[in-house]
Order: sequence, then C-alpha cells, then structure tokens
Amino acid sequence: MLQTRVIPCLQLRGESLVKTIQFNKFGYIGDPVNTVKIFNDLYVDELAFIDITATVEKREPNYKILAEIADECFMPLSYGGGIDSLHKAENVFKIGFEKMILNSAPFYNLSVITEIAKIYGSQAVVVAVDVKKNFWGKYEVYSNSGKVNQKKDPKDWVKMVEDAGAGEILLTSIDREGTWKGFDSALVKQVAEATQLPLIANGGANSIESISGVVKDAGASAVALGSMVVYQAKDLGVLVNFPDREKLENAIR
Amino acid sequence: MITIIDYGLGNLGSVKNMLKKIGVESEISKDLDTVKKAKKIILPGVGAFDPAMERLTNNALRDVLDEKVLQEKVPILGICLGMQLLTEGSEEGQLPGLGWVPARSYKFSADKFPDLKIPHMGWNLVVKTNQHLLTEEFTDDFRFYFVHSYYVKVHEPKYSILSARYGLVFDAAIQNMNIMGAQFHAEKSHRYGMKLFQNFATI
Repeated sequence: MLQTRVIPCLQLRGESLVKTIQFNKFGYIGDPVNTVKIFNDLYVDELAFIDITATVEKREPNYKILAEIADECFMPLSYGGGIDSLHKAENVFKIGFEKMILNSAPFYNLSVITEIAKIYGSQAVVVAVDVKKNFWGKYEVYSNSGKVNQKKDPKDWVKMVEDAGAGEILLTSIDREGTWKGFDSALVKQVAEATQLPLIANGGANSIESISGVVKDAGASAVALGSMVVYQAKDLGVLVNFPDREKLENAIR
Repeated sequence: MITIIDYGLGNLGSVKNMLKKIGVESEISKDLDTVKKAKKIILPGVGAFDPAMERLTNNALRDVLDEKVLQEKVPILGICLGMQLLTEGSEEGQLPGLGWVPARSYKFSADKFPDLKIPHMGWNLVVKTNQHLLTEEFTDDFRFYFVHSYYVKVHEPKYSILSARYGLVFDAAIQNMNIMGAQFHAEKSHRYGMKLFQNFATI
C-alpha cells in the first residue's frame, strides 16, 4: 500500500523562507535551514523547495543554501526555481535533491523536460503548472512566478509536458494560494482527468478536511501544503508544524 | 567506522549525513588502500546496472571488494542499485552481477500490471520474511522510500529478510552471511532509515 503524500512546499526568496499570498505579497517565515530541521524532526515524508525569484532575477539556483538544506534532510527533496537546463538540474541532483520542479523553462524549450528525464528518469521531473482564472472564468497557465500569462488551457499544457517526459504535475491555483480558502476542486478535477501523471494539488489548503476532499473528490494523488505548515492558523504568527499524522491518515483513507 | 564506496554513482552525501546524525563515523572513499582497511562497507548506487558493474570492475575495486567480503567476511550493505549489484545479474543489463547473494533482478512488467506506474516510487510498507540483525526492532508500521524500475527475487526464501508489494511481492532486503542489501533508500527514509543504519552499525 502506498500512502497519499502530503508535502510541505516551502518558498525561498533570497536567503529567507517566505510565504506568498496569490504569488504576490509575502510574509517572512525565517531561516530555511532551521525550518528544515523542524520538518526533519517532524518526520515529514517529502519536502519541496521553490526559489520564487530565481527565474525572475535570471540567476542560478542558490547552490549553497540547497546544500545546507540537503545536509539536514533525511527525506526525499524536490527543488524548483531557475532550472532551465540539464546542467543546472545536474548540479542540484548532485547536492542530494531527487526531483526537479520546472515551471517557466518548458514554455521556451519543452525539450529540457525530455533531456532531464532521459538521464534521471521521468520520476525526477515535476512540472509546476500555475493557474489563474481570467475575467470570463476560464483557466489560464502562468509562468515566471505568475507574471507571464502563457494563454494556455492547463488541460492542454499537462498533455504536452506529459508527452515530453514529465513524471508528475504540481498544480497550483494562484487565486487560492496562501488564502486558506480551500482547494479549487473544479480545477484539480479537470486537470487530473486530463493526465495520466500523478498530480499534486496546491493552493488553498486550510484543514485536514480540505486535504482529504481534494484527494477523494477531485482526484489529486498528493497534496502540497504552504501556509498550513508555517502558520499557527490564518492571520496568526509563524509556527512550523505538520498536521497530526493519524488524523491525516484516517481522513485520507 | 563505515566506508562508503565511491565509484561515481549514488547519493553518497545523504548516506554519510544520516550516519553522522545517528553518531556513526563514516568515510566516503574510492581509494583502494582505504577500502582495503575498511571494517564495514556500504555500497550505494543509482542508475543503470551495466555502467555500475563496469565502474566497479574498471576501478579495480572489484578485486579489493571480493577479498574484503568473501575472504575477510567484512559486513557490507548494498543500497538500491547497490543491492541489485549483489545479485547474479539483472534484466536491465548484460554483465553478470557480483553474485554474492543467490538472487536476480527483474523488470517490473507493465504488461502484467498495466495500472502500475513504473518506477515504483514512494513510501511503501515492508514485511519481515526472516529474522535478521539488520531489521531488529522493526515493527509493522515501518515504511521506506523506494525508487526503482527493477526488483530483486531471491532463489531461496532464506536469503530474504524483508519483502514489499508493488503489483507483485518482491524482496526489499536480502542477505547472505555478512552480505546485506536494501532496495529502498534508507538514507531518505528518516526515522526508519536511521533504525536500519543503527542496526547495521552494531552488526
């Protein structure tokens, strides 16, 4: 039996961990390495890191911080941010990360997915699909930290990246991200149905019930948590935490 | 002191970090003289079977390891591909394996299990098949992080110590005297991996 994965998804901005709201305004959470130590002590089963300014600032991943994180982590790790070539991916794999998360690069060069998958396997390539609803209620895919509208339907885009060799989809609702308003189940459902790949639902989690709902009703294979694992509750202070495992397992079962 | 063999493949840093976390000294080395002095060995590995066997053989590591493991009976733990290398061979490659454990490696067949995603990737429960020092104090809730497209089956049940199910039941940990192997990434399986390494350190 394989368990449903519940993955803290942490955001790096420069040297600090932050938490954004709708990819826009953000609050400081603290030092990434110290935070990782806490998740390590909480025995979470997987962690994802996203450097939210690497692509926008056109720079390489911060290998130094990533190495410090990998030194403290005894669980599978994913990294996203500024990965636009096999070479950069290789650098991060070598540090001890298992998966690369790609968001912007495939729009300009779809074959980067194929190149990484050929060497490291499809399971090592996650494509982050960031989605916003437009004025007429139509879903559109965004890149570059939510700044560039790629004017693509997420259902079409996941098929393209699946064909290119991606192994997993990290689907984020930008409208819900950091809002504690619950997942966009309609979005998750239609994208999950459009792809064979495992889909991680992200954006809007507010409770164990919201997590079990998006898995059971919308068909997500895994769930990413942001605000829920770094704040005490909505509008309260920073508290690195993880939902009670037993309650979580009972809810998802 | 545990010597982690560096033949150019595998997540060596993560293994060393976890050993450090549980207070076990280790060294990463490809130097033949260092390996000759090893008291306990970990053979990690990720990637494809044949390139890994080639690297072991070309580096002359193979001869030193044969001496250490078969003559001196130094405890060795193969991890992931490192465990598959302990077997007689794999459907993945043409080269024979080390042949230290009577077992072989086979491909997860998409024909027999069309619903299975390959590789088998993620956390999975393990079941004890035989008592062994490596799995002492393992309880029913022990689970590990797996990433593999090929699985191992032992030729006789006595060589198996843990099994897991992914479509079919395969051997998740194997042994033959001082030789041990684990299919999962113990170094990425937090408290459960730490327990396994602790056990290996005290063997």
